[in-house]
Amino acid sequence: MQAKPLETKKQYQEYVNDKSPNSPILKNCINAFWVGGLICSIGQIVLNICNSRGFSSEISGTIVSIILIGISAFLTGLNIFNRIGKFAGAGSLIPITGFANSVVSPAMEYKSEGYVMGVGGKMFTVAGPVLVFGISTSILVGLIYLIFNTQAITLV
Amino acid sequence: MNFLQSIDWLGLLRCFVVGGLLCVIGQILIDKTKLTPARILVAYVTVGCILGGLGIYKYLVDFAGAGATVPLTGFGYNLSKGAIEAVKEDGIVGAFTGGIKASAGGIAAAVFFGYIASLVSKPKIKKQ
Repeated sequence: MQAKPLETKKQYQEYVNDKSPNSPILKNCINAFWVGGLICSIGQIVLNICNSRGFSSEISGTIVSIILIGISAFLTGLNIFNRIGKFAGAGSLIPITGFANSVVSPAMEYKSEGYVMGVGGKMFTVAGPVLVFGISTSILVGLIYLIFNTQAITLV
Repeated sequence: MNFLQSIDWLGLLRCFVVGGLLCVIGQILIDKTKLTPARILVAYVTVGCILGGLGIYKYLVDFAGAGATVPLTGFGYNLSKGAIEAVKEDGIVGAFTGGIKASAGGIAAAVFFGYIASLVSKPKIKKQ
């Protein structure tokens, strides 16, 4: 006894898709592309400068991470990063700036719960899972490498 | 300007395009699936770590430089690269120490700057 002629799930889905506003995915992607590219380019410029000063590539990479994380942590603290994020979406989320943002923004939100359990604890609401899965996977990779003593695919 | 000479412009273009494309993939995941940003961050790091372990991601890093290392896949790549290098030197202990050792700078910076930035920030009322 259905009141509406939308009998199947598929029809309902089509109806919903028809009525819901189109998310401007193309515009979002373009914004994400150039903001993300720009953040990476800043990193590349710092990397080039460090390399020309004679730092090894590992140290240069670490310097790039520290600088980008530092900048985005303070921009998040000043509420500027949120505005960039609203505009760029994944463009500011996917680079390592998004990691720093995900550390600072929950910490700011729970500041009223105190400096130890509020700020110190909530810092890792998002960054915690990232570290858990990243580090666990890296340990697995190391163990697999130890067992097989080779990288699984060598594309040369 | 002195430092302009040290910039590799073609490399910068490759970096811009690859970094941008990695972000576009993330944007499509946000718009087209129900994944929350936190899950996407986790997925990027894990995928980067696996691709690094398989030896594939290295080619992207050689091609795009910071365009491949600055996105979070690069963080994962760094973890797995560190683990593999440490295994070569220290054996089984290296699997546990190498990953964090290689990305220690980034993690420590995130903790340190993150804490300071949250201290200096003013708590605000969220306007959605």
